[in-house]
Amino acid sequence: MGNLTKAQIEQLAEHCENAELKAYEITKITDDFPDMTYEDAFDIQWEMRRRKEARGTKIVGMKMGLTSWAKMAQMGVEHPCYGFLADYFSVPDGGEIKIDELIHPKIEAELAFVTKAPLKGPGVHIADVLRATDFVMPAVEVIDSRYKDFKFDLKSVIADNSSSSRFVAGGTMAKAEDLDLKNIGVVMEINGEVVQVGAGAAVLGHPASSVAMLANMLGERGEEIPAGTFIMIGAITAAVQVNKGDSFTVRYQDLGTVSGKFV
Amino acid sequence: MNPKQIEKCGDELYEALTERKTLKPFTERFDDITIEDAYHISLRMVDRRVQAGAKIIGKKIGVTSKVVQNMLNVHQPDFGYLTDDMAFSQGEEMPISERLIQPKAEGEIAFVLKKDLIGPGITNADVLAATDYVMPCFEIVDSRIEDWKIKIQDTVADNASCGLFVLGDRAVKPSEVDLSTCGMVVEKNGKIISTGAGAAALGSPVNCVTWLANTLGEFGISLKAGEVILSGSLVPLEPVQAGDYMTVSIGGIGSASVRFT
Repeated sequence: MGNLTKAQIEQLAEHCENAELKAYEITKITDDFPDMTYEDAFDIQWEMRRRKEARGTKIVGMKMGLTSWAKMAQMGVEHPCYGFLADYFSVPDGGEIKIDELIHPKIEAELAFVTKAPLKGPGVHIADVLRATDFVMPAVEVIDSRYKDFKFDLKSVIADNSSSSRFVAGGTMAKAEDLDLKNIGVVMEINGEVVQVGAGAAVLGHPASSVAMLANMLGERGEEIPAGTFIMIGAITAAVQVNKGDSFTVRYQDLGTVSGKFV
Repeated sequence: MNPKQIEKCGDELYEALTERKTLKPFTERFDDITIEDAYHISLRMVDRRVQAGAKIIGKKIGVTSKVVQNMLNVHQPDFGYLTDDMAFSQGEEMPISERLIQPKAEGEIAFVLKKDLIGPGITNADVLAATDYVMPCFEIVDSRIEDWKIKIQDTVADNASCGLFVLGDRAVKPSEVDLSTCGMVVEKNGKIISTGAGAAALGSPVNCVTWLANTLGEFGISLKAGEVILSGSLVPLEPVQAGDYMTVSIGGIGSASVRFT
């Protein structure tokens, strides 16, 4: 149940989206609206999505956030969250990311699932996800909370589209059955130095669990994951802060590499 | 340190090992102890084990992660000797409460050699050519120094804090797996506690073995065909106690598990 009025939802969506579009920090919105609920938070995110679509922006995928236990503990939240990916978030592999368009970006090594059949919760489990998966590819997410000093609670981050800002998908694809998704290793390098390592199980025990959770969370709103959806599963590694001039490469076991540069 | 002091320290460590007691850090007792002194102490300790009937079956490389190197303020790994009485089989009970003092588990990749490696001048290509296969491994490290208050000389003297180890029962050719990106998942009592990848050890476990071959080569020691080389932890160390159960799985290589009693 929501505690905010439709007018408040619209106003907060505009407030959060302006911070994203103009790259400025805001204080977390639960400071001013302590009674807001999770439903309110998702209403704000969906209103932001509607605003973008109304301007002709295309939604090109979904993302899960805060999917590792380490990350949830680090951010002091108790549950993962989701967000949407807009067309202008996409950066080609080996491309440049304009850091001045962002506030305090960090990068995370992830995987992306592309579906070939719809997934509708509740009750979606890992077998449903594997059956509905067309292929898996490597992807790096650039997260950029609009909240001051990257400090937030779960409701505030949901309203901020779960810190989504940019993503880079790699050019390698593989069938889920040809990968050992629990043990698949990733190595993140910034300017040639290894800064993070991890394996797929860091995401809720298995990367496909993240997609199942997305389907079940969307199901609570009566939404589904349509066939053909690109879904980023959340960070396998800790998020690493980047600066102008930094180059990154993430190497994946059996899935090639993803690179980019912050300019 | 003079030879007499070195011998005495090695003997103290051997007694600490067999009697399961700890010693004050050598770095607190000897201001001028060098890393070379420490290696001589470790050799004395290993000699005592061999005199008592143990057989040297390989070597271990330690201090391979940036976190541990920064903690010890060194920029190179260290090594110790593996003896046959340290080895346990997959799934076997490991009696840490009888054998060890303050154990911690690390997930590693073990190399089994089919050719000698004689440094210096060894490259990664030589190491891969000399490797028969790689295996999943838990090393249970332990310190004979009280409360793990170790500086680099203390751990080197103490056989690189080696305790016991268990190899999984799957062996893979090194050409079958990307040793730098292969992922590792460690579970303790059914819960995933850490993940990592090969690059956590000096960028690649192969780099670790190359380092060891070249470092030992300077002392005229070679790595021998048939030896097991533990290449260094890919995840943070985890304290363990009797009753714990752990599994490590490595992408493309396999898994190893151990029950502690």
